[in-house]
Order: sequence, then structure tokens, then C-alpha cells
Amino acid sequence: MTVDVRRSPLAELAGELAAVGGPGSVRFAERPFRVQVELRAAADAPVSRLYEALALMLPRGVGYVASTGDRDALCLAPRWWLVTQSPEPAPVLESALAGRLRTAGGAAVSAVDVSAQRTTIDVTGPNARDVLAHGCSVDLHPRAFGPGRCTQTALAKAQVVLQQLDRAPTFRVLVRASFARYLAEWLLDAATEYVG
Amino acid sequence: MTRLTSGGDRVDRSRPVTVTFDGADYPAYAGDTLASALLANGVRTVARGIYTGRPRGVFGIGAEEPNAFVQVESGTGEPMLPATLVEVYDGLRARSVAGKGRLSDVPDNARYDHKTAHCELVVVGGGMDGLRIAAEAAGRGERVVVCESSRVLAATLQEQDDVLLLNRTTVVGQYDHGYVVAVERRTDHLPDAPETVARQRLWHVRAGRVVDTTKGMEHPYAFPDNDRPGVMLAGAAAEYVTWYGVLPGRVAVVASGNDDALRAALVLADAGVALGAVLDTRPEVPAGLADGLRGLGVDVRTGHAVCGTDADSDGAVVAAHVAPVDEHGRGTAEPQLIRCDLVAVSRAWGPPPWSGQQVRTPGGASTTVGVPSVIRVPDGDGDAAGRTFVDLHRDATLADVERAVRVGMTHPEHVKRYTTIGTGADQGRTANPVMLGVLAELTGRPTAELEPTTSRPPAVPVSFALLAGRDRGRLADPERVTPMHPWHVAHGLPFEDVGQWRRPWYAPRGDEDMDEAVRRECRAVRTGVGTMDASTLGKIELQGRDVGAFLDRIYTNLFSTLKVGRIKYGVMCHADGMVFDDGTTARLSEDRWLMSTTTGNAAAVLDWLEEWLFTEWPELDVRCTSVTDHWATVAIAGPRSRDVVAALAPDLDLGAEAFPFMTFREATVAGLPARVFRISFSGELAYEVNVPAWYGLALWERVLEAGKPYGITVYGTETMHVLRAEKGFPIVGQDTDGTVTPQDLGMSWAVSKRKSFVGKRSYGREENLRDDRKQLVGLVADGDRVVPEGAQLVVAPGGVPPVPMAGHVTSGYWSTALEQPFALALLERGSERHGERLYAVDDGEAVAVTVTAPVCYDPEGARRDG
Repeated sequence: MTVDVRRSPLAELAGELAAVGGPGSVRFAERPFRVQVELRAAADAPVSRLYEALALMLPRGVGYVASTGDRDALCLAPRWWLVTQSPEPAPVLESALAGRLRTAGGAAVSAVDVSAQRTTIDVTGPNARDVLAHGCSVDLHPRAFGPGRCTQTALAKAQVVLQQLDRAPTFRVLVRASFARYLAEWLLDAATEYVG
Repeated sequence: MTRLTSGGDRVDRSRPVTVTFDGADYPAYAGDTLASALLANGVRTVARGIYTGRPRGVFGIGAEEPNAFVQVESGTGEPMLPATLVEVYDGLRARSVAGKGRLSDVPDNARYDHKTAHCELVVVGGGMDGLRIAAEAAGRGERVVVCESSRVLAATLQEQDDVLLLNRTTVVGQYDHGYVVAVERRTDHLPDAPETVARQRLWHVRAGRVVDTTKGMEHPYAFPDNDRPGVMLAGAAAEYVTWYGVLPGRVAVVASGNDDALRAALVLADAGVALGAVLDTRPEVPAGLADGLRGLGVDVRTGHAVCGTDADSDGAVVAAHVAPVDEHGRGTAEPQLIRCDLVAVSRAWGPPPWSGQQVRTPGGASTTVGVPSVIRVPDGDGDAAGRTFVDLHRDATLADVERAVRVGMTHPEHVKRYTTIGTGADQGRTANPVMLGVLAELTGRPTAELEPTTSRPPAVPVSFALLAGRDRGRLADPERVTPMHPWHVAHGLPFEDVGQWRRPWYAPRGDEDMDEAVRRECRAVRTGVGTMDASTLGKIELQGRDVGAFLDRIYTNLFSTLKVGRIKYGVMCHADGMVFDDGTTARLSEDRWLMSTTTGNAAAVLDWLEEWLFTEWPELDVRCTSVTDHWATVAIAGPRSRDVVAALAPDLDLGAEAFPFMTFREATVAGLPARVFRISFSGELAYEVNVPAWYGLALWERVLEAGKPYGITVYGTETMHVLRAEKGFPIVGQDTDGTVTPQDLGMSWAVSKRKSFVGKRSYGREENLRDDRKQLVGLVADGDRVVPEGAQLVVAPGGVPPVPMAGHVTSGYWSTALEQPFALALLERGSERHGERLYAVDDGEAVAVTVTAPVCYDPEGARRDG
């Protein structure tokens, strides 16, 4: 059996992230190594062909998420999706999902494995919205956002994909690996007033 | 100047505090401002004029205050705030200033933050009106934000879901589409501010609509010696009574030009202030108000104004000069003296000044027409105009405006700049209307015809620390790091900033300095093997049926014919034909390509590609995906690099023919799934191993382990720069500056003549055909001195300035391969001048150099196969 030598971008900060806050305020958790595939389709691409490979229909509305099991498909922009799911069990050059989607999509669909491009930080709890409001100008109020919604935006000075998972509320922040340490430090700082 | 025994709805009499001003202690109550506390204690002189040094007192009650600026010394400290906006706390310490505060030399370690709020309605002003409007909206289910500058919000609306009630919050800016910016002062009123709480918060409110309920702005008129402590806006004087229970004087003369000032006189009288006289410049006033005052025994005189003051030895008012005036404010009889310690002046009311919009507030559009802006004494002494202050904050007078008009200034914007009226921290709120009135009179135009000057956000001064928020220190700008970063830190590598990236600069051993380390690293790569973290290079995956055709249009050279599995170097230019970026692109499969960009340009290149695809060539089937962060890259370079890669990838055939230069292979390297590129930026045999970023650190450590028997040497960006320069490889942005064509770089070989591409047409421009353009050359220096980048090249040493410049050095290093210093330079007609002797001027000294071809090492390229 091979030893898992993967190291997440936030490995050094994982302890600190896990230690702050509590159920009454806000908590952070990195969900490392999730599979991520970016799909971009030509205007004439028959994306319905991807249904079988995905086991879900891609959401057409920008800012919406379709989910099945642990697999989410986030519509980031017209004809542009990010598909995420739980990590691959063993080291691979490219996730099996990316290959499957490329085969299924044909020439008019790009499927690029970007699993290591971003890491995932879940921000949850009654103050999650407050913490994000210190650096994000998107309206995350329940009447404007909610579970099943996503957006590409800036959080502090990092570009992120933001997804709401539940009404706790839990927000999933996908941030580029090279920015992850900066953003984690920013989140810890922004949470200071809420975690006591 | 005393505290009433009751009243004052903004102070909490159950919470006495002590404040210190100019070294003396004074009692006050929680809820007082420093201004109300000083007035309550009879402190009349609070500041001094910036130029005249004349004593000044509290003139207003809010952000309009022009006089009473103080330096707060306790807590975080503030160099210059109006005392009217400083909320007291026990232990507050402040000092008077003369127009200029002093920045603290102690770092400000308080926390500051920003927060966004979205709502359907933002209400500016938390009084009864504001909260009624807010409550109605909340009742309809709207989200509401209320911003109230003072401590006290009307108690008619409770905090609830979707209602954000912010006291101590001043709206400082209003912009298009309901964007409102407000400053919340969260701990400034606390003697011991908790360190974890942001001292101030900048709110960014996005509102469906904005309702401004703040009160209008009171305008004074000017008169000789109107700057003395004791002269105050009439409405402000009345509000010190009702808000703080403070009498701003014992005997007042009210100098009115509007009904509200008469009402203010009633408030003062009701509170026990003796009224020496109530003057109104108008020939008639409403009978009800006049009768009300006369019924109290007050001497009410219409068609009268204050036209001067007398002062005690401290400079504060002890009497007012009172005279009948005509409609132009000119005294028509000898002034009479009335003893008083308060002159409460109010010419008119204008629109609210608070709101932070960038607007030209109409100075003439006040409630009263025909009330003069300035009072002149008939036979006043010669320098009365020089003591008639138009802008108290800037110490600018009627004489200054008269002088401006005399030299030809007639537009308010010109007079503003000539006199500085309205340029102070108070934005000239009490000064601008007076200036407009005076200017109208002096130039014989109606005030309404004068275009007022512009007020701009922020409405009140905002500290830079608050604007920065938490973008300070480590969070000032993102530090982008590679997966190998922990190793670099653990081994003490110095870093170089490349864009937002932190890149290892060199890897010193023992007490080596940078020169020693770089020479050792260069020798290792030239003679053995070196390794570098190259993860920061930009990487873009392109997919689609037309990627080849697209790349042909973007790069100067031809890509569509590139075979799968092969790699090609490309140059891309902007439409002006100047080099914009360069890098290698690999064809992964028939319709998948992987482009690399320079580290600093990755985002700009992606934008560039997408701009062309979306706006010009939507018919091309090409999709771009950034994969910069997905891959970690380890470069292994040097004649022994093949041995190291062979040890790591025993199944990979590394023979020069089996795995030739400018191709790539997928392989298991160090037990990890990898893509291996045979490309070289040093001219040596080299490999770049790419793995998904999670494996970057493991790969790095395993490369170092496997390289040990070969003496593998870690190198950084500096050695990379030296090695590439020896090969004449330019770095975009270092050896180019946006004015350099591929031809200038000697890269005509990379510019296709057979196809069209972005920038190509520019090469036909006359400017680009000139034969005296600067071209990239190499320079070899005579001595041991490294010529630094930026040094100018001249034909002869010495000479009388201006000395003609022939070019400049773009990169300069010590070459271990040549055992001498060398440089790259852009030189006029450079390609024709190889062999010529020139001088590089470094710090005033001319260093003799010989021009060479840019490639000064292994020009045949014999070393790339090892």
C-alpha cells in the first residue's frame, strides 16, 4: 500500500483552523483533496450527453448548484461548470471523473482536472455570514442566496468560488491553493470578534 | 457657561466622568462631546487660528465645526478632530491645536475592519423621523439600516432581524445605485477598549434606496471680529441646551436672519440665558415670534445686526457692537455696545451637509433671500475686513476675498483656490455660503448665479487605518506560495517577490552571501545538477477544435503544425507589436494544449486570450482553463540531471533520441503520477517534472534525496536569471518594457512571415522599421565590476551633459561560465555594433564594456542534450 504523501495547502494551519470558534459562533474546516473538474462547453455542445457520466443534470442557471450524493455541479457562468466530489483514493495524474467527462462530452466539451487548483474551506455557524461580510460584497442573506446557490467572487483579496451548503448556514469557500494560506489567515482574523 | 441641573437628552447624568483638556481636569457626563463638556465648564478658548493664532471657541455642534479642533492624546489618539464629534469617556485626554495636529509617533495597533450590509432601505439620521420611516419599512418586511451619528438613537424601533441600528455611525459617502459608506466608531468612547474589537468599522451599505433625515445646515453671516470665542451658530447654541443641558453663555445677543434663529432665542431664554438683544437683519419678522420674545422682556430689533465684538484679555467676547443695517449689510448708524458673552448668529439654513454626496451645494438656495452674508461698519477702522473671517478654519477673511476679486478671480472655484476658503477638514461648511454671498456682492451678481464649489466624500475625516481595514501587515497583500514553500522556509531561503508570489531567491549554505551562493549554484547547474521550484509559472489549458488556429493568431510563430507530444517556445505581442509575454506550449493531444506564461503575467495572458475569443473570434472553438495552481513543478537542470531523473523514474527511457528536447512524457516519478517536460531555460540538459500540487512537496524532497549522490544543488530565481542571461534568453518585463519588438530581441526567427497574428501589422509601421531602434545585445566588462541594470550606455567616458545615451543595461551579472561580469542591454543599432567598445555609467563611473551577441555561452546549443 502506498503512503499518502499528499499535503494540503492548509496543512500547516489545519490545527489552528479547527481550534477556533464553536457551534454558537463560527467554525472552519478544510476539506482537502476533493476532486474538481472544470467543464466548459462550446455553444453547440450537447451537454445533456454528460448526464450519464455525472449522474445529474447540469444546472443551466448561473449561480445554481445541482447535487447528487457527494457530487456537486456548480454553474459558474454560461456554459461553464465546476464539478466537485470526494477525493480519489489513490494518487492519479488525472481524476477518473475528468477522463470520463471528456470522453462523454466529445470535442465540444472541455473537461479539465483542477482538483489541486483550489482547496476547500467550510465556514459554518451563526456568524458565518458575518465573517464573510467582512470581505465579500455579495448579498448572502437568505432572501438573496441559500443552499444550492453559488457564485464566483472575491473574498478579501482572493478570488473564490462560494457555495452555500445548508441553513446552519454553512458556506463552502473554494480558493486557489497559492492563496489558501493568505485566506485562512484572513478568515481567522475576521473571526476574532465572534470567537471570543 | 454652566450645566443646567436637569435636561440634556444626550447625557447620562448617572455616569459622571473626568476629562483632561490642555492639562486641566474637568467633570462631564457620559454622552457629552468634548465640546459640550468644555462649554459646561466655562472653557471658552478651545483652539487657535492656524495663521493668526487668534483664540477660537466652539462655533458649531457637529461636523460643521470650523474652530474647535483638538488633538486626542488618550487611547489610540487622533491628530485633529473637531471637539464637537469627540465623545467623552473617563480619562479622555485632549489638547488644543492651532489648525494642525501632529501625527503620533507610536504605531496604531488598534483593529479596524470593513463590513458589507445589504438592505432595501438605508436611513441617514436616527431621530424620530428617521426611525419612523425605518419602522414602516421594516413592517413591510424590508431590510433596513439606520445610521445615526450620535450616541443616541430614538427609542421607537427595536433591534430585530433585518433591522440594523447603528449609532455612533456617520455616513461619509453616498454614491450611485444606493451605495452608502459609513464610519462606525465602536470603541472610541470606551476608556479601556477591548483589543479584539475593531475600534472603527467602515460599513459598505448597498441599499435599494436612501432616505436622508439629517437636519439642514445653518449658515452664519460674517462681521468684524466674528472669530472670537463666544461667537456661535444660534441653532447650535440652542442644541447645547436641549441635547446636553449646557448653557453656552450667560448673556446672549442673538444675530438672526431667519425664523429658526428667533426660535433658538426662545430656547435660550427659556433655559435662563439673559438676552441682551435679539437682532434680525430683516425689516420685518413674524409677529408671533417677536411678540413672544418681547413678552419675555427681550429687546427685539429688526433691521439690525452685530457688526463687531469686544474681547476680554483672553480674547473672548465681552460685548457685541450692534447697529442698524441696510439690505446690503452696511451699518447706517453708529454702533451701540451691548455686553454679552455669547453672540448667537444665524443668517439662513441650507441643505444638509452630512450626506457625503459629491454635490455642489447651492449656497444661495437657503431659506432666506435678502439677508446679507457680511456686515460692514460705516466708518470702521481700516483693517476691519482683515478681521472679518469668512473661513474660520482656514483663517481667511473678507480682505482675502476682496483681494482675490481685485486680481481677477470671479469664479467661486478660483476664489476657493486663491484664498483656501473651503479647503479645510470641515470642507468649509460654514464658510462657503458666506464666500458665495460676498463674491456675489463684490461682482454684482445674484448669489444664485454663482456655481458653488463641490463638497466631496468623505463628509468627515476618515483615518487611513480605517480605510486599510484588516489589509495591513501580513494581510496587506496576498502572499502566494507554492506547495514547496514550507521546505524553503524551513531551510532559510531568502525570498524574492514576483508579483504576489514569494519565490526562493537563492539558497545560501553556511554564511555564504548572495554572490557566493549564486556562483556556487551556477557552477552546479553548468557542471553537475541543480534543482529549482518552478511552480509559479502560469499554466493555461486550452481545449477545443481550433486551438492550433487560435495560437497561430496569438503567438508570432506557427503552432498549428505542432505534433502531439511536442513543445514549442512562443512569443506573444500586443496589437502594437511589442512583446507582451513568452513561454512554451505543449500539445497534450489533438485538441488539448498546455500553455505556460511568465510568473507575473499569468492572469493578464488569460484575460488576453479570453478577450480575443469572446470579442473578436467567437467562431473559434477554444476554451481556456487556468491550471497554474493545480500543478507543482520541479526543474532539474545540468549535465547530471538525466541521472537524477533516471533514479526517480526507472521506467522512463531518457535517451536523447527516445525522449528528445522539446517533448514531454507521462511517467511515474518518485512514485508519483507526473508529466515530464524536456525543456531548458539554462541551456543545459534539463527536465521539468509536473505533479498535481498536493504532491509537490513530496516530489521536491524525493528529488533532493535522489540527487544527493550527484551533489544536487538547490537554486533560486537569481541563478535562474544568470543562467538564462548567459544564453541570451530575455525575461519579459526585465529585458523588455513594452517598447520592444521580437525583432529588437533578435527573435525574427520566431516571427512568422506566412501567417497573420496579433501585432503583425505594426511591424510595417515606420517607427518599427527605423534602423536606429534599440536591440538586445550582450556586454562583457573589462574588470570585475558587475554593471547593474539601469546603467546608461555612452560612446565616450566623461563629456558635458547632456551626454547622448546609446542604450541601457537591462540585466547584469557575474558569469561563472565566462569568469567575468556580463550584461544584457538594449542598444541603438545594437545588432550592427558587436565588437564595439562602449561605456556603462554606474554611479557616476564609466565602466568600459565590449558589445557582443546576446548569447555568450554555448551558442551552438551543444549542451542541451547533456
